[in-house]
Amino acid sequence: MTRRRAVLFVRIAVLAGLVATLEICCRAGIIDPLTVIPPGDMVASMINHVGSGELDESIVNTFSTIALAFVLAIGCGTLAGALIHRSSRLRDVADPLLASYYSVPTFIFYPLLVALLGLGKAPLVVLGVLSAAPAVMISTLSGLDGVSPVLLKLARVHRLSPARTLWWIVLPAALPRLFSGFKLALSYALIGVIAGEFILSGTGLGYAISFAYQSFDNRAMYGLMLFVLLVAVIANGILYVWEGRLARRRSSG
Amino acid sequence: MGGTAGAPPFVGMSELAFADALSRRTSRGRIRAFDAAVLVLLMLAIWQAIGSWTNGVAVSPPLQTLVYLFDLLRTWMFWEHAAATLAAFLLAFVLSALIGLALGLIFGVQRFTGEVAEPILAGFYTIPKVTLYPVVLLVFGLGMSAKIAFGVMHGLVPMTLFTLGAVRNLPPVLIRTAKVLRLSPGRTMLWVLVPACLPDIVNGLRISFSLSMLGVLIGEMFSSQRGLGFLLVSGMAQHNVPLSTGVVTVIVLIAIAANTLMLRLGKRTAHRSN
Repeated sequence: MTRRRAVLFVRIAVLAGLVATLEICCRAGIIDPLTVIPPGDMVASMINHVGSGELDESIVNTFSTIALAFVLAIGCGTLAGALIHRSSRLRDVADPLLASYYSVPTFIFYPLLVALLGLGKAPLVVLGVLSAAPAVMISTLSGLDGVSPVLLKLARVHRLSPARTLWWIVLPAALPRLFSGFKLALSYALIGVIAGEFILSGTGLGYAISFAYQSFDNRAMYGLMLFVLLVAVIANGILYVWEGRLARRRSSG
Repeated sequence: MGGTAGAPPFVGMSELAFADALSRRTSRGRIRAFDAAVLVLLMLAIWQAIGSWTNGVAVSPPLQTLVYLFDLLRTWMFWEHAAATLAAFLLAFVLSALIGLALGLIFGVQRFTGEVAEPILAGFYTIPKVTLYPVVLLVFGLGMSAKIAFGVMHGLVPMTLFTLGAVRNLPPVLIRTAKVLRLSPGRTMLWVLVPACLPDIVNGLRISFSLSMLGVLIGEMFSSQRGLGFLLVSGMAQHNVPLSTGVVTVIVLIAIAANTLMLRLGKRTAHRSN
């Protein structure tokens, strides 16, 4: 336990040291303020911009899009994964597809999606789902693979109905793997939606950042960037801690 | 119990783990030729359906795209853009592979440093790095170096995490043997660690390959005057649908081909080390 605490301490010290170095370099003029502004100013700018309410619409827009893409990806991904798992022939076809899916940069479809669905929420949601759903599918497959046959035999011995088998046996056994898929889905949906907004869109936080960049408003740009990154880190961090709890409860019980 | 042996898997590792799980599963059965043909036909049919449903406004149908591509591949302009992308990508990939390998080996051997660094790296892996692209542009200026830097930002972390994980899971006896034989750190890495971790390193290279390509392409799509990413966006801006569809096709084919090749290579090295 003490070692773990030491690791944590050093990690925080390293990060704090990096931020402090950046701050000092910026203040001392080693780094041009036109390139990077001091972290202190970034925080101030973030509080300013987010607190002023001018961004409320963008924030709601972006996060509702992310949430929609996330939920859809989980729904479609789990369903498709479960279906593919049932048929081994389908599985043989799907496996190589899934194995090379993430080697294709999904973003290159975005301009096509925009042309197809118009500028708005739809192409962003589709992009988010496209980047997140396969991760859920893969983790559903590996979760279902991981359910040991003994458990299924047990269910049959107890004459559980299929629904009950699913709820009492399969789901708890597959949950840890499923959960890591959900966690990935969140970060992929987030990356997909914000990247889409950033490259080509008229709304949302990603657009606000690219707009600030194009109008040379460095303060606003860094403030918004910090906000987006903080939200991403916090959202991922919550799921990370939660996943750790799940894993620990499993190994202890 | 000391250390973090029982700790949950790391954020970045789950992606890496499932890539691994998949490559293990695919070795189970060969895909039947008939099924593969059906799959390809199905994809072409969907492509055709989208193309004709939108009257070619967004996506041009397969045949038309192919004909256009055939012409495009004979123009000098296309190869210029392709060369720009290829140069940026290759540099980004080589840089992320070498730096990632070195960092991964160091972090793997030095346990404490590795434990400190890993969550930071994994956290960096999951944030939307696109938002950081303006910073890269401000630091490196518009042009080649910004694209390369952005590619490295994407490709470096998976390579490091893969190598780190592989070194950490090595049987300690190997490292102890190296110590007994008094190998210098450099020789230990070259003769013991790298060969022992080769399958994971190849896997890391595969992921790093596709991610650094992603980074370079996003860089070109956002603000660049050259490269395939630029060609794609400009094709769309000029309503030249066959151009953008053609470029997407080329990129997808290259990505899948490279990935398949490296999957095969990974399987072969895994075979040999068993």
